[in-house]
Amino acid sequence: MRRDLLSSLFAVVILTAALGLVYPLAITGISQVAFPGAADGSQVRLDGKVVGSRLIGQEFKGRTFFHSRPSATEYSGDATFFGNAGPNSAELRDAIRANLAAYLKLERPYDRRLTRDAVPVDAVTESASGVDPHISEANARIQAHRVAAVRGLPLGRVETLVANHTEGRSLGLFGEPGVNVLRLNVALEEEAPLR
Amino acid sequence: MAQGWLQIALFFAALLALVKPVGLYMARVFTDQRVFLTPLVGPVERLAYRALRVRPGEGQDWKAYARSLVVFSLFFWVALYVILRTQGIQPFNPQGFGSGPWDLSFNTTSSFVTNTNWQYYGGETTLTYFAQMAGLTVQNFVSAAVGIAVVVALIRGIVARSGRELGNFWQDLVRTLLYILVPASVLAALFLVSQGVIQNLDHTQVVQTLGGGHQFLAQGPVASQEAIKALGTNGGGFFNVNSAYPFENPSGLTNFVELLLILVIPAGLTYTYGRMVGSQRQGWAIFAAMSVLFVAGVVVVYLAEQHGSPAQHAAGLHTAAFDGSTGGNMVGKDQRFGIADSSLWTAVTTVTSCGAVNAAFESLTGIGGAVPFVNLGLGEVVFGGVGAGLYSMLLYVLLAVFIGGLMVGRTPEYLGKKIGAREIKLVSLGVLFTPLTVLLSAGIASAAPAAKKSIYAGINPSGFSETLYAYLSQANNNGSAWAGYTGFVQPHAPGNAGAYGLTFTDLLGGVVLVGARFVPILFVLAVAGALAGKRVSPAGLGTMRTDNPTFVFLLIGIVILVGALTFFPAILLGPVANGLTPGLF
Repeated sequence: MRRDLLSSLFAVVILTAALGLVYPLAITGISQVAFPGAADGSQVRLDGKVVGSRLIGQEFKGRTFFHSRPSATEYSGDATFFGNAGPNSAELRDAIRANLAAYLKLERPYDRRLTRDAVPVDAVTESASGVDPHISEANARIQAHRVAAVRGLPLGRVETLVANHTEGRSLGLFGEPGVNVLRLNVALEEEAPLR
Repeated sequence: MAQGWLQIALFFAALLALVKPVGLYMARVFTDQRVFLTPLVGPVERLAYRALRVRPGEGQDWKAYARSLVVFSLFFWVALYVILRTQGIQPFNPQGFGSGPWDLSFNTTSSFVTNTNWQYYGGETTLTYFAQMAGLTVQNFVSAAVGIAVVVALIRGIVARSGRELGNFWQDLVRTLLYILVPASVLAALFLVSQGVIQNLDHTQVVQTLGGGHQFLAQGPVASQEAIKALGTNGGGFFNVNSAYPFENPSGLTNFVELLLILVIPAGLTYTYGRMVGSQRQGWAIFAAMSVLFVAGVVVVYLAEQHGSPAQHAAGLHTAAFDGSTGGNMVGKDQRFGIADSSLWTAVTTVTSCGAVNAAFESLTGIGGAVPFVNLGLGEVVFGGVGAGLYSMLLYVLLAVFIGGLMVGRTPEYLGKKIGAREIKLVSLGVLFTPLTVLLSAGIASAAPAAKKSIYAGINPSGFSETLYAYLSQANNNGSAWAGYTGFVQPHAPGNAGAYGLTFTDLLGGVVLVGARFVPILFVLAVAGALAGKRVSPAGLGTMRTDNPTFVFLLIGIVILVGALTFFPAILLGPVANGLTPGLF
């Protein structure tokens, strides 16, 4: 018993130092040298100024930008939580209904043929992370009409930008393709700045 | 959906390919043989034995083994609690966080020491980097090593033909850490950083967003924790939304790799088992039983989630997939994972006791959400936690041998050893302790007025699901959640100013966590002790085989009978009630 107590005491000290300090700090050191951009959050810049992270979505309002998905956290990057809306929740129905109406009201003036059935699910539902950086390709195709009209760009040009900022499945196999909204909007600002 | 099925099939194929090499490697580690890392790690290993004052090779009987394990875990419990309660004086605290409340810390400590990683708190809003690294990351390693040590001891007990010894706890611990968990975590962590998982000690970044506002981006040493969180089937997120957060899980590829890390040790251990008992077929039989239950779960979740939820349909949303849209229930799911990867993840992290999430469980459809319930109800024996999954499954194997023996009217034997009354009593207690804990604690929590504050969804099937799942998850040491349920109120996040715990919920959970981890471990070690040294009689014509499809079928039946049926009425009241009605409430 005494030996167990002694060994446990040493184990707490040694393992805490080795696994709790040496290991994570060594990984930090190596990462900062080998993958500095990724280790610090994959920053995105516009005119040399950091405007966010490639991996973390942002909220966009108004008519000039592509919009991200609805979010339970208003795209918080320092206090994250789930929306936790249950599958049979009347509140969830009301929220989706409202999102759907708002989406159609915003996009239909620029795309007369847009119907309710053509609205993709991601456009009107909250994500898990609250900071989903992507929207579906179908969602981007619809919004392209509006952005092109508002920015005075040919639709074809905006569609090319969408294609350029579509991140496909990893290795062509894993996950789902999505359009990176922040990178796309940064590209739009570089191409046809509004300010 | 074809692409989704392809991804799921590829995942299973990759796992299958890893079972043999990983299992073989682990078998060599546990039998003290030379492996390719020996030249590098051997000197460190010898140093570790000297530093810990232990004599490797000195055998321990089941009581000595259990005593070392319990004392070791108790010391780490105290150490973690102290770390969580002294945040104000710690280094690596750029946000200046103070400590969380005592009752929450009690729950969190119990949760990490038991390999559960149930979380009422959000890491990025409450914990210092020091606490994340020196507290939680350390526990991710050692609680996983403890689970693996127990299964190795049980295997030795099953195999041992003479003597009462099950090996040496300290040696198993050190070798598991040095030869398996640490090297694999280093590689995995660096890979994850290369893909975008962050790893730094910086203050929260403030950026001026393109839309003209501000966004605060929490930072931290995430990748080093993410690697062992997956590999050790721990599952505690650095961030509150866990592996849904892109800084923990940025792409389809990291998702795939993290899932493989979660399953590789529990699946590989079945091969290790076959190797150590001297019959590879015994290991494959267990692997087959696990795989059947696992694949069935994946298929159900994927189909249910692709169908969409009643709330979506009632809102007039079209949930069929079409070109450029995944369709399905995307509430609480991220686009880069879509329906298929979110469904696969849901099944993988609930069959194992990992409990990490990349989608919001509470937003799963009724039937899709029933799968995590059933997986937990089975008692985490379908691959399960590292070590814990196999030792729990081996209890079911002994139970199946006993019941099968009764059916054919012969004395039950497993691998040539007679299973007597003492063994079966211990096995039954070990198998039944966790389900009883769940039913008792979930019943108390459903009835107690003090627990009402913990429920988010209200008095309806979703609200009941929250409560039931909370205690299913804590008792089975899983850690995933119907996340509306809480034991922590934090009015001024980030930071702990003014935050308080819901004492009843935190304490009940903490007691359940510790009890349902260590009591079954003691029964498992007692079974190992009872089997060690038993005479082995040669297999005869009448011996019931335990390595053929008939036995696999019997084993699956016993697992479902004991595990799922115990919870069937309760699961009906929660997710199945949601799944059977198009109505909203």
